Amino acid sequence: MSEPLLKVENLKKYYPIKNGVLGRVSETVRAVDGVSFSVNEGETLGIVGESGCGKSTTGRMIMRLIEPTEGKVSFEGKNILSLSKSDLRRVRKDIQMIFQDPFASLNPRQTVGKIIEEPMIVHGMGNHKERKQRVEELLELVGLSAYHAKRYPHQFSGGQRQRIGIARALAVRPKLIIADEPVSALDVSVQSQVLNLLQDLQKKFHLTYIFIAHDLSVVRHISNRVGVMYLGKMVEISDSEILYDHPKHPYTKALLSAVPIPDPNSRSERIILSGDVPSPAHPPAGCTFHDRCPVAMDLCAREKPVMKKLEDGRLVSCHLYD
Amino acid sequence: MNQSILEVKGLKTSFFTDDGEVPAVDGVDFSVGEGEILGIVGESGCGKSVTSLSIMGLLPSPPGKIVGGSISFKGEDISHAKESRMRKLRGNDIAMIFQEPMTSLNPVFTIGDQLMEAIRLHNRLPKKELAARAAELLKMVGLPRAKELLKEYPHELSGGMRQRVMIAMAMSCNPKVLIADEPTTALDVTIQAQILDLMLKLNRETHTAIILITHDLGVVAQVCKRVVVMYAGKVVEEGDVKDIFNHPKHPYTEGLIRSIPDLHSKKDKLYTIKGSVPRPGSIEKGCLFAPRCEYVMDKCRTDSPELVGDSHKSRCFLHQVQE
Amino acid sequence: MLSYSIKRVLMLIPVLLGMTLIVFAIIHAIPGNPALTILGTKATPEAIQNLNRSLGLDQPWYIQYFTYLKHILSGDLGTSIQTNTPIANQIWPHLAATIELSFVAMIIAVVVGINAGIISAWKKNSVLDYTAMIVALIGVSMPIFWLGLLEQWAFSVKLNWLPSIGRMDIISNVQPITNLYLIDTLLEGQLDQFWMVLRHLILPSIALATIPTAIIARMTRSSMLEVLKSDYIRTAKAKGQRMFWIVYKYALKNAFIPILTVIGLQTGLLLGGAILTETIFGWPGIGLYIYNAIQYRDYPVIQSGILVIAFIFVMVNFIVDLLYGLIDPRIKYR
Repeated sequence: MSEPLLKVENLKKYYPIKNGVLGRVSETVRAVDGVSFSVNEGETLGIVGESGCGKSTTGRMIMRLIEPTEGKVSFEGKNILSLSKSDLRRVRKDIQMIFQDPFASLNPRQTVGKIIEEPMIVHGMGNHKERKQRVEELLELVGLSAYHAKRYPHQFSGGQRQRIGIARALAVRPKLIIADEPVSALDVSVQSQVLNLLQDLQKKFHLTYIFIAHDLSVVRHISNRVGVMYLGKMVEISDSEILYDHPKHPYTKALLSAVPIPDPNSRSERIILSGDVPSPAHPPAGCTFHDRCPVAMDLCAREKPVMKKLEDGRLVSCHLYD
Repeated sequence: MNQSILEVKGLKTSFFTDDGEVPAVDGVDFSVGEGEILGIVGESGCGKSVTSLSIMGLLPSPPGKIVGGSISFKGEDISHAKESRMRKLRGNDIAMIFQEPMTSLNPVFTIGDQLMEAIRLHNRLPKKELAARAAELLKMVGLPRAKELLKEYPHELSGGMRQRVMIAMAMSCNPKVLIADEPTTALDVTIQAQILDLMLKLNRETHTAIILITHDLGVVAQVCKRVVVMYAGKVVEEGDVKDIFNHPKHPYTEGLIRSIPDLHSKKDKLYTIKGSVPRPGSIEKGCLFAPRCEYVMDKCRTDSPELVGDSHKSRCFLHQVQE
Repeated sequence: MLSYSIKRVLMLIPVLLGMTLIVFAIIHAIPGNPALTILGTKATPEAIQNLNRSLGLDQPWYIQYFTYLKHILSGDLGTSIQTNTPIANQIWPHLAATIELSFVAMIIAVVVGINAGIISAWKKNSVLDYTAMIVALIGVSMPIFWLGLLEQWAFSVKLNWLPSIGRMDIISNVQPITNLYLIDTLLEGQLDQFWMVLRHLILPSIALATIPTAIIARMTRSSMLEVLKSDYIRTAKAKGQRMFWIVYKYALKNAFIPILTVIGLQTGLLLGGAILTETIFGWPGIGLYIYNAIQYRDYPVIQSGILVIAFIFVMVNFIVDLLYGLIDPRIKYR
């Protein structure tokens, strides 16, 4: 097997909380607590989890938009975390991000043409005329028209704005695109348009995606492999078919069963988890899921499970499979 | 069928802006039976939330105004009822919960203050009983430590807990109808499952009718008995949930259902409805869905179809030709 | 809350120290020699040197500052050059006069300002709203001395309803106990005297209240408009609550933080900015006291007067900070 395009090892992000009269660090929020995975060229890795599980933080740390506390991120064999500023800039050309909120991530005072051109200027690509032509190509590519370049973001609908975001990400011909909840602000009919666009572009340019989302159906649709996160940790990661058809981790099972299926004929019995996700400042001892787990054992409260590889190739972090 | 408790007929609600009248809801009909769970589904801008605010008499006015039709609650038309009459109905007979549990509770009053206020507005109770009733309501919606919770502030609670508090508040006077406007949209999927479960339980136990307004077809399929599908301010299809999902009649409903990625099997490519929702008032004649419709006929561009059918109604010429 | 209060008190120490340092520095930066001022231009160099030594002015500045600080902490504000009496004994009656005037003015400003703002926000874009906001605009733009003179002319001279000068009638027998005359007259049970003192307060307090009223009204309006749009107001309506209660109970408490900030700032400004009003109305407050001291170049009095005003300003804002916590439970005390 060839070397993966991106390899993330034991990535951590801790936020200290200062408290008391003297401002001592009283507790630490473990937003991401030792996450490892790899992404192969041309594939889509989905990362799912509920709010606060650390999936967005993980995505941002890969690009060093957030500085990791610890860990290693290798992109094409280079450790991103030890790169100098200028080297990091070069790598950032290869890795681009698409954000959730198409309204907030586009500068309202810039024309769409300028927005898409900007990353090319930053990375010194082409002259003015070439860039202009590329902007027009990109707009056509994402299903907009060349004349849209002169307009401003507020003149577009949510779906169109997300297309603009995608065009901007594509402008510098990246290898890896990290999409953070790219369709969760969109209506169903627009969501399917954007998902199809992302798939078409992937085929056309041999792109690699990390697709971060909370909607499990969307993630299954677009991903080859899927990782499930809970409270800053990866609990299960495998090929999406295997994960969705035969989930192993009790959290994955509960998560999947909680999704309302748009089919009134199959009103399935849901696994209803009790309570809320605990605060990442006070994660439970042992397995962080044990206090909500329907099949928790004594061991789970005492010992942290480690990632194990099962026969079907999946990785799971649960004492049931010791 | 149960006796209908709330009946909306030909409701038209417009917003009067500087650019003229914008018809947000343009002739909506449906009724809710006692103890029934009715789903109103549609994408943003279809008028589903404006419909619910019209029923509650909570339209931001100006610029919003009901310009036609009727809303009858137990036979009484409340579409133009006086504010004093609406105040007696709101919270007592018709209650409502909203999408954003994080911002729907007043941040500077305790849970107890807000819950007891809801009870006190429609019931004269001594203070001790008020507190007891409030604690009882919190238990009913599955919140532990009810007594302590009464003294806590909203920011000390998670989103799921706040939505439970909102539900407790809405249920405090045993309403006949509960309007839930996207009650789980802001919540995580496991919390959403908890809240939907709770709403089903309350519906069974208290026999309160629920109007569930959502964009999520999955939620509708799992929870509702009957469904109203809205598009661009109009009802385009209405019927039993199984009929709608198994044999959608309107091309829009069909397109919506086919656009959703499937959790259990992988499709190569998703179906898409081309184009986007028209701005209210931008299409002057013909079917509002015609520009996006796969099955569009010449007639669709000139004439407006009516909502027809017995138990499974649709607003589409395709089916009117067959029938 | 307790830990926050303690922290906030601890934070006061550097603020107060900084304040004394600035007051100290300003006085020392003023050109001219105090000894020269005291002794007059014809003083001999030896006499000046002797006085400098006895005043401690020959010491390095930091020693002078610590001596100054020590005196302040022991309640010694120095001696007035003009009257040669301890300032600490003189300053309170003046301060009390200003506090009384500012307090009444602030009550007017808060009550009128908040209500005008609320009604404007509630009845947005109505005639009532426009009227209130135009009056408020005139209020902030009106020069105090002009308004004061206008008041005196109308209500004292023309109509002869109210007195225009001083804290009390020339022939009156208010016993200064606290020096807050409204309280003193009540303590003595002299209701007629209380009424007399109150009548003296009306014109200057209205003049003083004008600007804060307008500012509070505008802040209340914008803050209330923001709050009235929020989801929890819609929730309250959905419960069947009356609009009056929604506005005055629900919304006001939420809108109050920025209003409180403005009230705090304005209170501080009133105490310090009363000089103009006090001069026009012959009000024997701290403003007039400093004004007179400036005319006599009575530096110790100026210094102490500024220090006291600055101190009150800091304390008012300290109290405002504590009130934030009482109003909004989300304000984390860190």
